[in-house]
Amino acid sequence: MIKLRKHLAEHWVPPLIGIALFLFIWSMLAQGSETLPGPAKTWDSAVVLFSDPFYQKTPNDQGIGWNILNSLGRVGIGFGLAALIGIPLGFMIGRFGFLDKMTSPIVSMLRPVSPLAWLPIGLLVFQAANPAAIWVIFISSIWPMIINTAMGVRQLPQDYLNVARVLNLSEWKVFTKILFPATLPYMLTGIRLAIGTAWLVIVAAEMLTGGVGIGFWVWDEWNNLNVEHIIIAIFVVGIIGLLLELMLVQVAKRFSY
Amino acid sequence: MKKYVQIENVQMSFETKQGTFVALKDIDLKIDPGEFITLIGHSGCGKSTLLNLIAGLLMPTDGVMLCADREIAGPGPDRGVVFQNHSLLPWLTCFENVHLAVERVFGASESKAQLAQRANDALELVHLSHAAQKLPHEISGGMKQRVGIARALSMQPKVLLMDEPFGALDALTRAHLQDELMKIVAATKSTVVMVTHDVDEAVLLSDRIVMMTNGPAATIGEILTVDLPKPRNRLALANDAHYHSLRGAVLEFLYQKQAKKAA
Repeated sequence: MIKLRKHLAEHWVPPLIGIALFLFIWSMLAQGSETLPGPAKTWDSAVVLFSDPFYQKTPNDQGIGWNILNSLGRVGIGFGLAALIGIPLGFMIGRFGFLDKMTSPIVSMLRPVSPLAWLPIGLLVFQAANPAAIWVIFISSIWPMIINTAMGVRQLPQDYLNVARVLNLSEWKVFTKILFPATLPYMLTGIRLAIGTAWLVIVAAEMLTGGVGIGFWVWDEWNNLNVEHIIIAIFVVGIIGLLLELMLVQVAKRFSY
Repeated sequence: MKKYVQIENVQMSFETKQGTFVALKDIDLKIDPGEFITLIGHSGCGKSTLLNLIAGLLMPTDGVMLCADREIAGPGPDRGVVFQNHSLLPWLTCFENVHLAVERVFGASESKAQLAQRANDALELVHLSHAAQKLPHEISGGMKQRVGIARALSMQPKVLLMDEPFGALDALTRAHLQDELMKIVAATKSTVVMVTHDVDEAVLLSDRIVMMTNGPAATIGEILTVDLPKPRNRLALANDAHYHSLRGAVLEFLYQKQAKKAA
């Protein structure tokens, strides 16, 4: 009983106080403002919104559920393509010094570029908004995957390589039994960073490209001056980002030695 | 098949920024089948370098090295290596770690059941059958080192090479593993080359102790034949005059003839 109370006090009370304080400040601010809705008003609006998340009226007026799923779909495709190319590339860059030196100036130069700067190129090449948004996700999530995978390969302990040499393992065995498992934690860090960035970027990209998606929805509600919905969107984006992060942390835990 | 190692006029130097560094020179050593050799010397004398040369992890800059009449051109399954820090792969179970070695050596000629049998036999030899399905981080340091020995022995090497295998263990565990190693070596008639910095360990285990001079350009200073009868018992030896004279000879070499200047 005492243990339970201690657990509650340590793990639940501080976050609850934090949330309460946040809501309090928010409602204070809302009271002094004519345009900003308070927590209660936003909550009522959210209840209405989520009571019918999958309606489809017109191509530009669909339920919040469709908007979220569309955004997640774009992130999934762009991110998946980035993993498909970035992870093998990272392995090769980490394994072969020549390739590392060859690619390093280009990677270092392109990595700090804001992913949205790539949007016009995407629109030009693909001539359509949807592939252009996926392209932006691809480019924003490929760097952390290349860099972290390559780092994992480079940091492979010499001991393991000595084991491989002493046991005379084939290249394939070295890869499956030593290189891949040893690099996996680094790779997962790269994936986690990549999905974080991708989710950040999708909102901005969709604001520019339009279509169905949480980012476009925010912009649309701004044009409608529906501030409650904008605030709801911020929470939705935050919560989904948090869930993606937690999911990958769980996966990473499974593969740490 | 004849099992032995032959080292003739071997020299090893490394290229560094300050120029050529000669680690070993004029190394001559012949090891008979079934012999237990320890290499002892102060740190930096190149004893691990010599072991890595026999393992084939390093190539000598000069001289000839043979294992069972064949030139040592790289690492090979005829020489099993036990590393100082066990070097088990942390994502594989003890069984899988041993199986990886077995598979490489016998995979082409034997069935899956035979391979698994070999891996299990090797673990049985070091009394770790009960830990076969455990991951390395779930077992103690001494047990890990035993898995390392099992892995090396499972390849049925001509020579077992051990680089300070018990250096990282506490004294009691070390003594226990030394006793086990003596039994295993007696049972398998293995040829062993072991690097150590522990005088008692060297005298207890060896047929011959190869004492190395201080580097750079280290070489073999003296070779002491340990003619104590086998099997040896550490308790009986504690009061054995001959054991103490042998021990004294090694200590004299290390602390008088090759005394290290205070660092």
